[in-house]
Amino acid sequence: MPEEYRFHLAIGSRFENIELVQVVLRDSLERLGMEEDARHWIDLAVREALANAIKHGNEQNPSKQVHVDLAVEEQEVVVIRIEDEGVGFDPSQVPDPLAPENKLKKNGRGILFMKQYMDEIQYGAGPGGGTMVTLRKRLTGSKADSRQDDSEEEGTE
Amino acid sequence: MNINVRQRGDVTILDLKGKITIGSGDVALRNAVQEVMNSGANKVLINMHDVSTIDSSGIGELVSAYTTATNRGAKLRLYNLPAKVTDILTITQLITVFDVYDNEDEAIRSFQ
Repeated sequence: MPEEYRFHLAIGSRFENIELVQVVLRDSLERLGMEEDARHWIDLAVREALANAIKHGNEQNPSKQVHVDLAVEEQEVVVIRIEDEGVGFDPSQVPDPLAPENKLKKNGRGILFMKQYMDEIQYGAGPGGGTMVTLRKRLTGSKADSRQDDSEEEGTE
Repeated sequence: MNINVRQRGDVTILDLKGKITIGSGDVALRNAVQEVMNSGANKVLINMHDVSTIDSSGIGELVSAYTTATNRGAKLRLYNLPAKVTDILTITQLITVFDVYDNEDEAIRSFQ
């Protein structure tokens, strides 16, 4: 596992701190060779997860923290875990934002964004007892793929 | 996010620049739309050309601006959508709710 890309951050529950995470996240994704478009969409999915953790999980209590972990795991999958210090959250209770009666509602689209732009999202209880959302994205179209392609080409020669 | 408000004839145009995201850009958009509505504008265009990122809160503010305008009998339309914003409006199925135009002239003509 490329340890140099791993990071852990803990931020106070304030929306402006989302920007701090974005700086570190974007740098890691860039060093992993991820293309700009892919970085943009992961960035957006992580924004949504952080906003939910701050707003719904920690109820904007600045003394409560949001923990963010990034790692590259098996099969070169970027895994980002975001955990709050709230009382837990059941994503099945969020109304479908695409239902006709909800389409013009102001809120409720965050999980849709995460599902759309990540390969996999998973909600559960974190080790600290709060809600932990796990976001996964394969490193397709990145330098990792190019490296693999190069080695495959070498193998055929 | 920066918002520049200008007038072209009887059409009020909001040029947005930067991120419409939770905690800053979304609030700025809400306040700017509220202000132009309170000043009596009933033909409003939002120029999205320089929007770099929009999150679900930003989308929520656009929806809110649209419903506020509609409830007041005003018209609020969007133009110059970057591809990433179009993508988001498509997945939220809002692309068919908003009136969207390719450029400013076309958007202005839509009011005539």
